[in-house]
Amino acid sequence: MDETLRELYQEVILDHSRHPRRFGALEGATHTGEGYNPLCGDRVKVYLSLDGADRIADIRFEGKGCAISQASASLMSDMLAGRSVEEAERLMGGFLDLVKGEKEPHDLSAEDRERLEVMAGVSAFPMRVKCATLAWHTMKSALEGGGPAKSE
Amino acid sequence: MTAQPKRISATFDPLAARADFDILSLEVYGRPLAYLDNAASAQKPRPVLDAMRNFATSEYANVHRGVHYLSAKATERYEAARETVRRFLNAAHTDEIVFTKGGTEAINLVSYSFLAPRIQPGDEIVLSVMEHHSNIVPWHFLRERQGAALRWVDVREDGSLQADAVEAAIGPRTKLVAVAHMSNVLGTVSPLKEIASRAHAKGVPVLADGCQGAVHEIVDVQDLDVDFYAITGHKLYGPTGIGALYAKRERLKSMRPFNGGGEMIREVSRDNVTFADPPARFEAGTPPIVESVGFAAAVDYLSAFDRVAVKAHESDLLGYAREGLRELNWVRVIGDAPGKGSILSFEAEGMHAHDLATILDREGVAVRAGHHCAQPLMDRFGVVSTTRASFALYNTRSEVDALIAGLHKARKILG
Repeated sequence: MDETLRELYQEVILDHSRHPRRFGALEGATHTGEGYNPLCGDRVKVYLSLDGADRIADIRFEGKGCAISQASASLMSDMLAGRSVEEAERLMGGFLDLVKGEKEPHDLSAEDRERLEVMAGVSAFPMRVKCATLAWHTMKSALEGGGPAKSE
Repeated sequence: MTAQPKRISATFDPLAARADFDILSLEVYGRPLAYLDNAASAQKPRPVLDAMRNFATSEYANVHRGVHYLSAKATERYEAARETVRRFLNAAHTDEIVFTKGGTEAINLVSYSFLAPRIQPGDEIVLSVMEHHSNIVPWHFLRERQGAALRWVDVREDGSLQADAVEAAIGPRTKLVAVAHMSNVLGTVSPLKEIASRAHAKGVPVLADGCQGAVHEIVDVQDLDVDFYAITGHKLYGPTGIGALYAKRERLKSMRPFNGGGEMIREVSRDNVTFADPPARFEAGTPPIVESVGFAAAVDYLSAFDRVAVKAHESDLLGYAREGLRELNWVRVIGDAPGKGSILSFEAEGMHAHDLATILDREGVAVRAGHHCAQPLMDRFGVVSTTRASFALYNTRSEVDALIAGLHKARKILG
């Protein structure tokens, strides 16, 4: 099989998309954001609950879309629970680098990089990068007050 | 069934036609290209590209302006293109053809110039749920800005549109019926003649979006008796940036201008302006001149074939693909209207259309995935998006085989 396809649809991604982690609404969320990709109709809603120390005490998402967008949202939610807002933004920077094909994403710990690396295959599919980034942009817009997020 | 491309008729040989399209011999990702995204845009044959190049290198200048040799030549070609389009649609008069940027601009022209001045709050526009956004949004403008109400006509579960349903939606305040000749998602062909006759009986004009219909059906606007018929060049094997609006002469005469500028005036003074007669009134500014020549060449190219035989070939591809999908019990086809055109939309269980299209792409199969600019129709069938294969005169059964093989592969990866 085409190696780039195998890389894109590797087992971890398919598992996240079939069995999304932290899927569902979060009651008592302090921040929410909604993302929509008008090109393909993918939707994602991110719920965050921040504690007094600007830490993501809880995170959930709801969404409908392709395997890449849903896996990305699931993986993101899984990784951000318990992190500080600052760390979340740093992770996002590293993630965006990875899906755009940067070989040296900045500011990622070895462990974070290894977990995010499963999404790096999308860099070979420029038309699909926006699918991978939708959840992250939505998370950021939630932190910034919840305006509509676009994945560009 | 055989995988060999089938030669349908002595008068149309798809393989010979295919040889006119250089791009179709392309390989993508090391595989032969199977271009099945024709409803989005068709490829252009050599005669079209040659006509544009020859014109640009030997006859080009601005039209209707200069008195010099080239300007006269170019004007002649531009007006000849108008006559070619007239013949293609069998309009009664050449001045019933207005060149536009495409189908979208043609429909917007009707919205701004014909309907807007006739709309009072509460007036109604009847349209079907299978319309492309280009035949929805211009009417939404009139809803938002002037208080028009949109009356939606549903399609049946098989995707067919009934003239009865359209007629039932027409009320005393209906100002226009706007309907696709052929759906760009379902392939459904509307009973346009019947719709026009029923609407006219109630004094309501009819606009047909012919962007798909003109490619696959043999159009006779006089026989259909529609008031407006919009087409676009690039789906008709011609260039982008040009299309046309057919409108009955008396309709055009009653319409105010849309864009203002050069070429659309009779006289301009400091205090006053008078407008040219149609079609010039609606063609402000320098038009797409080279494209008009390409458009005419495309129409001539298509018209030189036995259109009935072309249609039979496209139906054969559709039927062959439909049979292929029937064997996949995890694929649901959306739109099975009798007599539909060669557009096949489907959903595959457990696979999002974009994932599916990405995998098909790597097999060399180009399809469209998404809402196809028809979100009300997606809502109607309860889907977010579909995958769409659309066939043109140059497609073959082997390309359908590549599609089916790609689907099996996608199932293996994602299923």
